[in-house]
Amino acid sequence: MSGKKSDFVKFEQVDKSYDGKELVVKGLDLDIAEGEFLTLLGPSGSGKTTTLMMLAGFETPTNGEIYFDGNPINNIPPHKRGIGMVFQNYALFPHLSVFENLAFPLKVRKIDKAEIEERINKTLKMVSLTGFENRMPAQLSGGQQQRVAVARALVFDPKLVLMDEPLGALDKNLRESMQYELKHIHETLGVTVVYVTHDQGEALTMSNRIAVFNDGKVQQLSGPNELYETPVNSFVAGFIGENNTFTGTVKELASGSAKVETITGEIIIANPIAVSSAGEKSRISLRPERVNINPTEQIENRFEAEIKEIIYHGDHTRVRVNLLGNDDFILKVPNASSNSKLNLGDKVNLGWSSQDCRALDY
Amino acid sequence: MSAEIRTSDGELLSVKLRKVERRRRTTAFLLAAPLLFFIVFAYVIPIFQMLGRSVDNVQMNEFLSETHEVMQTWDGTEMPGEDVTSTFFYELKGLVEEKNHGKIATRLNYEKGGFTSLIKKTARKLKDFDENGNFLDQFIDVHKKWGDIEYWLALKRGTDAYHFRKYLTTFDYEQKFDGSIERIPEKKRINVTLWLRTIFVAAGVTFCCFLLAYPISHLLSVLPTRYSNLLMICVLLPFWTSLLVRTSSWMVLLQKQGVLNDTLVSLGIVADEGRLELMYNMTGTFIAMTQILLPFMVLPLYSVMKTIPPSLMRAATSMGATPFLAFRKIYFPLTYAGISAGSILVFVLSIGYYITPALVGGAKGTLISNRIAYHMQQSLDWSLATAMAAVLLVAVLIVYWLYNKIVGIDNMRLG
Repeated sequence: MSGKKSDFVKFEQVDKSYDGKELVVKGLDLDIAEGEFLTLLGPSGSGKTTTLMMLAGFETPTNGEIYFDGNPINNIPPHKRGIGMVFQNYALFPHLSVFENLAFPLKVRKIDKAEIEERINKTLKMVSLTGFENRMPAQLSGGQQQRVAVARALVFDPKLVLMDEPLGALDKNLRESMQYELKHIHETLGVTVVYVTHDQGEALTMSNRIAVFNDGKVQQLSGPNELYETPVNSFVAGFIGENNTFTGTVKELASGSAKVETITGEIIIANPIAVSSAGEKSRISLRPERVNINPTEQIENRFEAEIKEIIYHGDHTRVRVNLLGNDDFILKVPNASSNSKLNLGDKVNLGWSSQDCRALDY
Repeated sequence: MSAEIRTSDGELLSVKLRKVERRRRTTAFLLAAPLLFFIVFAYVIPIFQMLGRSVDNVQMNEFLSETHEVMQTWDGTEMPGEDVTSTFFYELKGLVEEKNHGKIATRLNYEKGGFTSLIKKTARKLKDFDENGNFLDQFIDVHKKWGDIEYWLALKRGTDAYHFRKYLTTFDYEQKFDGSIERIPEKKRINVTLWLRTIFVAAGVTFCCFLLAYPISHLLSVLPTRYSNLLMICVLLPFWTSLLVRTSSWMVLLQKQGVLNDTLVSLGIVADEGRLELMYNMTGTFIAMTQILLPFMVLPLYSVMKTIPPSLMRAATSMGATPFLAFRKIYFPLTYAGISAGSILVFVLSIGYYITPALVGGAKGTLISNRIAYHMQQSLDWSLATAMAAVLLVAVLIVYWLYNKIVGIDNMRLG
C-alpha cells in the first residue's frame, strides 16, 4: 500500500446540528485511507448518514473541516467534488434508459461519444448487465437497478464512492450475493468506498474497517474481527453480534484482571477494558460461543446454571439458561454428539476464561 | 382433448364461471346506472339537442312547407311566379291566424335584414288582398321590399329544413344569394377577432399559470407537511369562494379608483392623472383569470412533483451536474406529465371562460363565450350561439386529441 495516503479523507472535529440545539454529529475525527472499504455502522439516528451526506456535500458541517485528498472541501458544492454516490433507493432517472443513466455523468463532463460508449460497455460488463443498455429502470428487477446505480457511480472513475444503505431494499439472498459482488468490485478497482449501513452482517462481510456510530460519535473504529472479539465499550459489544451481559461493581482492580461482584453477590474475574477504579459499576460482556459446558480443565470462572430453554438451529443449538440472576444467558452449543445430553431443567456447570469476559462501562 | 371440468352439481365449470362473471358485471352496472342515466338525460341529450339547433330549421320548414316545396322549382333568376306567391299568401294567412307569423319574421330576419317589419306590415294587410290573382303585385303594393328578389330568395333559403350558414357566420363569412361564400364587410367582422383573442388569452393565461404555479408547486412538494398544508389551503382558498365574489374583488382592486391604483398613486409611482387602466381591457381579463385558474395548474403539478424523490437531484449533482443542469435534464422532464395535465386543464377552462371576462373584460377583453351568451340572451339567435358553441367544443376536442397524441392521456395526473 505504499504511496497510498492514510488520510485520503479526513474529518477534523466535525460537528453537525440541524436545529441549532442538538448535535447529530459530535466532534468527529475520522481518517479514511486511500483504497479502503470503510463502513459507517450504527443504529438509525446515530449520525452515520449525516456524516456521509457531509462528505458528499449535501449537508454542511456546523463546525470543523473535512479534507478530501488533502484539500478542504467544506465550501465546494457537491457537483464539483467528483465523488460517486449510490443512494438508498438507487435514484435512477426513471425517464432515461440504462445507457442514458450511465452516460449522464460522462456527458456532464463533456467526454466524447465514442469514449462514453466504451466506458459504459466496460462498466456494464463489470456489473454483468451487458445487453441491458436500452431498458428503462422500471423494466429492471431490484437487483438489476442496484447494479445500474453502482455502475453509474463508478462510470466516471471517481476516486471516492459513497454508498448509503444500497442493499437495504433487496431481499436477503440477493443482498448477500450483492455484498460479495460489491466487495469484488472494490478489490478490482481499488477505489475508496465509504459505506453506510445498519446491518452488522453486511459491515462485517465487506469492510476493511468499520466505524461504529452511536449518539453522534464513533464508538470504535477497527477491523471486523477486532470489533467482534475486542469491543471497547458496552454499546459496541451489544451492537455487534450476540452478547451476554452481567452488571456488577468492581471490587478489585489489578493489571489484566478485575474482580466484579454481580448483583447476586458472586465474583466474576474479568478482563478490565473500560473500568478505571474499584467501586465503579461495570457491565460485563461475554460472547455465547466462549462459554464451555461442564469444563474439565482449570478455568477462572465456573458457575452452576439451570437450562430454561433449548432451541434447535440445525448446525447448533441455542440454550437459554439462568446464570447469576441473568435469565437470558444464551449458549451456542455445536451439534456434536457429545453435547446431545442436554435436557430442560438440568443443572450444568459453565466456565469461561477471564480473557474472554470483558468488563466494560456501565 | 382434456377432460371437461365440472362443478359439484354437475354443471360445466366454464359455463358456471361465465355465469358468475355475468352476475358480477350486472351488479357493477346497476351500481353505476343512476349516474349513467343522470349524465345521459341531464347532460348528453340536452347538449346534442342544443347543438342540433345550429343546423336545425325544421320549424320554419313546417310553417311554410308548401311554399318551400313550390319554391324548389323556381330558379331564382327572376321574380317568382303566381304559384309561389299564392302558396305563400295562403300559408302566411294561416300563420297569422295562429299568431305564428312573429316567429317566421325573426327567423327570416337572420337571412335578410328588414324582414321583421316586412312580415308584420304584410300580416296586417292580408285581409285586404284580392284572392283572385296577381299576388306578387299586391305584395309589392303592401311593401315595396317584396319587389326586391333577394327577399324571395331569402324566403326560399330560410325555409330549408337544415342549413350550415351559422357556421359561416361563426367565422365571419356569409353565403350570398347566388351561392358564393364571401367574407362579410370588414367593419362587421367580429367573430374571428374574438376567436383569435380567445385562443391568445387562453394560451397566455395557461402560460402565466404555469410560470406562477411551478415554483409554488415545487415549494408545496418539498415543505414539511405542517407548512405545506397551510400553503395548500392558501392555494385552495379561491376554490371555496364564490367565483362572482372573487371576480368582484378583482374589480375593487383593479379599477381606476381602486386599491392598486390608489396605492401606486400614494407611493408616487404613477401620477394621479396617469392612473393605470387595469380593468375593462385585456389586462384585467388576464390578471383575474390567471388568479382564478391557478389552482388547476398547481394541483396536477404538485401531485407529480410529490412523487419525484429528492435523491434524484442529489444523484445528478453528485455526478457533476450543476444544480441548473440537474433541474433541466432531470427534474423538469419528470414534471412533463404535470405540466401537460395542468396546461390542458387551464387552457380548456379558459377557452370557454365567461363570467370573469364579462365583468372585468370590458369591450376589449371579452371572449367568444361572451359572444355566445350575447346571442343566447340578447340577439336570441340561438342557432348562431349553438354553432359557436359547437366550434368551441370541437376546438377543445382537438386540443384533447393532440394532447393524447403527444403526451398520452394515461400520463395525465390530476392531483
